[in-house]
Amino acid sequence: MAVYKRTYKGYSGPCTATWSRFLILPRYSFSRLFQSKFLILFLMACFFFPVGCALFIYVSHNLSFLRTFNIRAENFIAINGKFFYVYCTVQAAFAYLLTALVGPGLVSPDLVNNALPLYFSRPFSRAEYVLGKMAGLVYLLSLITWLPGLVLFAIQASLAGWSWARQNFWIAEAIVLGSLLWITVLSLVAMAMSAWIKWRIAAGALILGVIFVGAGFGAAVNAVMRTNLGSMLDLAQDNSAIWARLFRLTDADLRIDAVDAANAMAIASLICLWLLFKKVRAFEVIK
Amino acid sequence: MRSTMPPVIELDGLGVRFGDREILRDLRGSVSGRAIGLLGPNGAGKSTLIQTLLGFFPPSAGSARIYGHEIRSGRRHIRTLTGYMPENESFIANMTAVSFIRMMGELSGLPPDAALERAHEVLFYVGLGEARYRLLGAYSLGMKQLAKLAQSIVHGPRLLILDEPTNGLDPPARQRMIRLIREMKETGEMHLLLCSHLLRDVEETCDEVLILKQGRIVHCANLDEERRANKRFVELETFGNDAGFPEALAALGCECLAAAGRMKLTLPDGFEMREIYRLAAERDLQLRRLNYRRDSLEDIFLKAMEA
Repeated sequence: MAVYKRTYKGYSGPCTATWSRFLILPRYSFSRLFQSKFLILFLMACFFFPVGCALFIYVSHNLSFLRTFNIRAENFIAINGKFFYVYCTVQAAFAYLLTALVGPGLVSPDLVNNALPLYFSRPFSRAEYVLGKMAGLVYLLSLITWLPGLVLFAIQASLAGWSWARQNFWIAEAIVLGSLLWITVLSLVAMAMSAWIKWRIAAGALILGVIFVGAGFGAAVNAVMRTNLGSMLDLAQDNSAIWARLFRLTDADLRIDAVDAANAMAIASLICLWLLFKKVRAFEVIK
Repeated sequence: MRSTMPPVIELDGLGVRFGDREILRDLRGSVSGRAIGLLGPNGAGKSTLIQTLLGFFPPSAGSARIYGHEIRSGRRHIRTLTGYMPENESFIANMTAVSFIRMMGELSGLPPDAALERAHEVLFYVGLGEARYRLLGAYSLGMKQLAKLAQSIVHGPRLLILDEPTNGLDPPARQRMIRLIREMKETGEMHLLLCSHLLRDVEETCDEVLILKQGRIVHCANLDEERRANKRFVELETFGNDAGFPEALAALGCECLAAAGRMKLTLPDGFEMREIYRLAAERDLQLRRLNYRRDSLEDIFLKAMEA
């Protein structure tokens, strides 16, 4: 650093667009996240199943290869809505584990170190902060859910032909819509837990617990009240119900209607948002 | 006499209430100095005023303007123009100083390259140049204060708000902080609002003061004008019969407050100190102590507190 620069100077250069500033947060989050080798290994593990699915799709279209093993093509699993439903369900479980791993570090370090006044004393709102923190997780979860899902759809479309792609375009829509819904709910749950529980391990455990406790409590409600409405408390089951509708599965064994499930997920998201905005403030006024 | 400079901060009946508790009450006034000191005892509402000006708390009554921007409607614009150094420890532990300051610069609107360049510059400027790649969590308290100062100036604000900047600093670190604040003031590129309960910090850096007490403004003064126009004082301690001595001094134009062998004199212009010795000698009065001084910020503050 030149000595002449060691004096205070104002800044008169250009400024970035206001709307794009929330994207700064995920960039810095990633640079910190990818310092963890465990996270990188886990992220790699999340791609095993999509790679397996891609191989399966390729093999199912390669008749000469199937004949080598005396397998008849009609005995092979069909590549249809159900196939992609299974794919999405498996990847949703990975997304859930990844959220429990990454989620606790989203908001709690800023709260522990009292960094929020520094964010909010700048032209940066609470909504942008939440959006920015959420964007990091959404990128990461998209990377293992709907993005590889679309790649699988593209592989299948290229092998099965244009007419298959046209007839089954709703599958691509279901992959994107279903995954984004799940990602949104997971991100909000993770951020709310991260904002309220400063100890990272406890926050991670609670993110995992939200699903299990919800499932347990829902089952108890179902048993005691002799109803199926308790299943609405189980976010995983809500998600399955919505996906079953999106993937047009008629034989799925589901206890709740997709609309009820969507309502339950919307309420859960709103509660998480409320919890989040209660905590994400420049200063907390203690009563 | 008020300054002819356009006001930096204008308060127009500003009030802040947390639940049933009224923290700030009917604050009125305007300040336009290059460096404004915000003084008051603990709990007077200094930090609340700063945080309200930044839009952290909504006013319950009245309004305020910074550079003419209303704090409710122009919050975003005000935050673009200001830099804020909070009172408490505020940082992100697992970040290096340079990436932390860069991120803060980017959040203020600087493009990434400019933010990186400015981050290096301000860290060198505050004296953390050699430690800029260390994690903030490993910094000492003094270094964290300097890092907080660096993040508040990285985007070149027009108004720098410093909330107790010398808190927890040892004397050399305090001196360094005061020197930096004065240097920034002297560049003429920014206004400063310094909030402190340490009179020395304000006296050494500010040219205008706003004194708060129990959520009200009790005094607003231009220190430069006060210093120019202020009166000379003499504190006397006498021994012996001082009957007629205060009257004799009053006859020479002094304002005299006397009690049990102690006197405080306010001297008129052109008063010769030897007159005091002459009058004492005429009465065979011993002068045990004589302190001659000008009106200090402490006097202004104490008067404001007594009001």
